[in-house]
Amino acid sequence: MISRFKPFIFLLCLVPFAQLAYNAYIGDLGVNPIDFITRFTGSWALIFLIGTLAVTPARRLTGWNDLIKLRRMFGLFAFSYALTHFATYLVLDHFFDWQAIGKDIVKRPYVTAGFTAFVIMLPLALTSTAGMIRRLGKRWQKLHRLIYVAALAGVIHFYWLVKADIRRPAQYGFVLALLLIYRILVTWRSGIARSSSKRAVRPPERVIPKNAPHLFPPPRPGED
Amino acid sequence: MLIKKPADIKSSEITSKELYLSRRKFIVSTAAATVTAGAAIWGLDTMRPAARAYAGEKLPNVKKSSYSTDEKQNSFKDITTYNNFYELGVDKGDPAENAKYLTPTRPWTVSIEGEVKKPKTLDIDALMKLSPLEERIYRLRCVEAWSMVIPWVGFPLSALIKQAEPTGNAKFIQFVTLLDPKRLPGQKPGIFGNVLDWPYTEGLRMDEAMHPLSILSVGLYGEILPAQNGAPIRVVVPWKYGFKSIKSIVKVRFVESQPKTAWNTMQPQEYGFYSNVNPEVDHPRWSQATERRIGEFLRRKTLMFNGYGEQVASLYKGMDLKKYY
Repeated sequence: MISRFKPFIFLLCLVPFAQLAYNAYIGDLGVNPIDFITRFTGSWALIFLIGTLAVTPARRLTGWNDLIKLRRMFGLFAFSYALTHFATYLVLDHFFDWQAIGKDIVKRPYVTAGFTAFVIMLPLALTSTAGMIRRLGKRWQKLHRLIYVAALAGVIHFYWLVKADIRRPAQYGFVLALLLIYRILVTWRSGIARSSSKRAVRPPERVIPKNAPHLFPPPRPGED
Repeated sequence: MLIKKPADIKSSEITSKELYLSRRKFIVSTAAATVTAGAAIWGLDTMRPAARAYAGEKLPNVKKSSYSTDEKQNSFKDITTYNNFYELGVDKGDPAENAKYLTPTRPWTVSIEGEVKKPKTLDIDALMKLSPLEERIYRLRCVEAWSMVIPWVGFPLSALIKQAEPTGNAKFIQFVTLLDPKRLPGQKPGIFGNVLDWPYTEGLRMDEAMHPLSILSVGLYGEILPAQNGAPIRVVVPWKYGFKSIKSIVKVRFVESQPKTAWNTMQPQEYGFYSNVNPEVDHPRWSQATERRIGEFLRRKTLMFNGYGEQVASLYKGMDLKKYY
């Protein structure tokens, strides 16, 4: 079902890039174009990071398992927008002034946080292929839990950069917090389920089905 | 009355000015409809830059000034659609869009209080006659590390101070912006409370305020100041970060001790009372060594006192500018 719409969703994910390219082409990037591109790509990187994290909860809540097929695509779009964001900073904002960039990363907490998020996303993007999923096995899942750290670092990056108006970073933070709380609740519940199944003295009614709560099912190769 | 056209206006600017002037011939409702429709279109995409929302009449008899820089000026559009005026919204395109709430900025009065011989209230028209209007083309350096070159129209702040007749106790001068959430919707509290402690306040030491570079601005590009830039009257202190140049003032208070200022109250370790442009003293969260001049690609080096060191450095002789940032 989803597979049929996937090319369409892929194109939808490209709309922000297309809008940016179009605005650049007609010369409508505002009075401070570099600042505009930086904010635009940064916002979309955060939106896609949160979108990626929302896939599994959405899947559980709706029972629509096919949604998993979108997760890798969303994750890679998050990385693409983050890469553009970082490249904008590197090339347009500082024009390869390595000294200034190095100082910025070490000295400015908001740059440190943003750079951390980007560095974390790099291995996740590189190990997103079916071959890498197969090769890494169980470790793949562990590695990819780092996306939480990346999203958190991304929101902190935004929060530390604003002067006084924290509304927008707070919105991202709020959604991210909901997603984290959801995961914690699921883990906690499955923990109770598992320990009570160990102590179970009266099988078979209280036995938990073997395939039950599986927190982050890794996509099987070719599934997403 | 002779209507003088400033020589610095680029040809690209003239069309938009004519367009705007012709708009004034329409009745108010037509103008309002245009603004509403425009705002609706822009509102569709909040990340897009805002359209120009308001501009003013030509100001007569504006003198040139030797304090002006001959650097390339930013366009009217740059100056009026990209600025900070948190009372009209926190994004830099917001003030232009929300200027309609503050417009018109007549009638307007400014009260003069505190350590003065006799407190008084001056009407904006009386204020504009305190001293001949001059064009002052100044560099403006924002604390966010971007800068512009802006042709203000105004008069020396010292002219107002002389008129106010401060007493010997007046060591500092405090300015207060209008407090009116209807006209300045950014003053309405949000879910996290107020962005800043309204009304916005700023202050200067008396010798800084008396310095000939310090002006009260009432115009831009030879016209009455647009609301989003702080109409009808604002302070411009070009050697300090932009937030020191307080907008839309209604009160000038002469005081004995260093007054409260808005950003300093909110984040004292980030925004000092002096806030002189200083490439060697970084904002705790970003560097102040370089800046992006709006319209240029490569960053430029930020100059001490925003390049006005020759005129103002003596004000701070013997002061540790790292301590008094």
